[in-house]
Amino acid sequence: MAKEILQLTVNGQPREDAVAGNLLLIDYLREVVGLTGTKMGCDGGECGACTVLVDGRPRLSCLTLAASSAGRQVETIEGCARGGRMSHLQQAFHEKLGSQCGYCTPGMIMAAEGLVRRTPAPTQAQIRQALGGNICRCTGYVKIIESVEAAAAESAA
Amino acid sequence: MEYMPEFTVARPSSLAELVAARRANPGAHLLAGGTDLVANIRRGIVAPEHLIELTHVAELQGIAETSSGGLRIGAGVTLAALIEDERVEATFPVVVEAAHAVAAASHREVATLGGNLCLDTRCVYYNQSEWWRAANDYCLKHRGKICHVAPKGDHCFAAFSGDLAPALMVLGATVEIASADGKTRRCALPDIYTDDGLAHLRLTADDCLLAIDLTPPEPGLRTGYAKARVRGAIDFPLAGVAVALRRCGADLAELRVALTGTNSCPLLIEGTRDLVGAPLDADTLERLVGLLPKQIQPMSSTFTPPGYRRKVIANLTRTLTSRMFDEAA
Repeated sequence: MAKEILQLTVNGQPREDAVAGNLLLIDYLREVVGLTGTKMGCDGGECGACTVLVDGRPRLSCLTLAASSAGRQVETIEGCARGGRMSHLQQAFHEKLGSQCGYCTPGMIMAAEGLVRRTPAPTQAQIRQALGGNICRCTGYVKIIESVEAAAAESAA
Repeated sequence: MEYMPEFTVARPSSLAELVAARRANPGAHLLAGGTDLVANIRRGIVAPEHLIELTHVAELQGIAETSSGGLRIGAGVTLAALIEDERVEATFPVVVEAAHAVAAASHREVATLGGNLCLDTRCVYYNQSEWWRAANDYCLKHRGKICHVAPKGDHCFAAFSGDLAPALMVLGATVEIASADGKTRRCALPDIYTDDGLAHLRLTADDCLLAIDLTPPEPGLRTGYAKARVRGAIDFPLAGVAVALRRCGADLAELRVALTGTNSCPLLIEGTRDLVGAPLDADTLERLVGLLPKQIQPMSSTFTPPGYRRKVIANLTRTLTSRMFDEAA
């Protein structure tokens, strides 16, 4: 299948890759760029595990063609830490036990990251709304919501 | 999920380029947000040779005020943009309410108004993986010879599951459609649908939904949308109802009710005019609910039985209409 040149930014780094037109964004990130932090869960847009940010907004990478992200800023879980230090959200998920098996966690954190950038002090209802499309099958959601609340509070401090 | 088949993708940036792309790629599928189409491609339900991505077509974008004081909403406007638009919220809150009820926040970032209106019909025997459908000898809607919902018939009962259509129908929305020659035409929103799960859109293969036009609502109009679904945060409707009404003193002065999830197309319920001019008492509400059974046809196309959905749609209609009437006082 013919390939085309895809130019975009992944976690702040400009990239240029030859990709097939039918390549999904999640496969591009995992197989081409090598960023395996983004997880494939349901594989059909129903669980949110593959959530990344495109131009700062949450996007399901399993339903997005890689080429549709041309010229855009893509951010994954690998881009959250700065200078070897976890982001407030990552730290809060760690400390508040928002992560158990961890498989859904990258998607949870990226969806939450999209929320707190636009709404730095979200209400619990806003957090529930923003994470409504993300499924966790082991922790339950109380600790996850508490983690986002704690991260927002830490960022505001 | 399955492998991704091979296809080409065109990315026009104007209506003229879109028309040219469709001429060059007969049978091409239109790709907007992809939240339904890409999932269907991955399930092997749709196998396009060509896709035309609509994201960059300028004529499909934007929300603009019209000279009549209404709004023209581009079919390519995302549901997130629709929800965030203060003019839509202020003038047509039921549109925002219905948009909020679609899937989850991450879907709404890319899902479009046009995509929701043109959403493929859904069925538990259709929206499954290739191996699941193959093991069931497929179904009438795709590759098979019988409808597993009604095996003795020759009709597909897959249900229309968009949330925006009923909300727009009770507002009297019209749609702009671009044809293959680039000319545009208008029609009332209900006119683009027909109650057939195999082909529920009256649009031709070359048509493209351009925009939705809304005229200013009548003063005092109260509107609302209610939806039943299995998973509150994300699911398609088991049944959805939109209501628009006005009251004059103690009497009902106007009433429009539209449904989704019950048939292969959204329905603007007939007969509601006969209920106006009287108070919305228990008798009138039961007459309203009594209009439904002959017009709706929920089948075993979801994980819940038709009888349950009949009860749900009656209860949603009764409670939402009653609430709107009380709020209009």
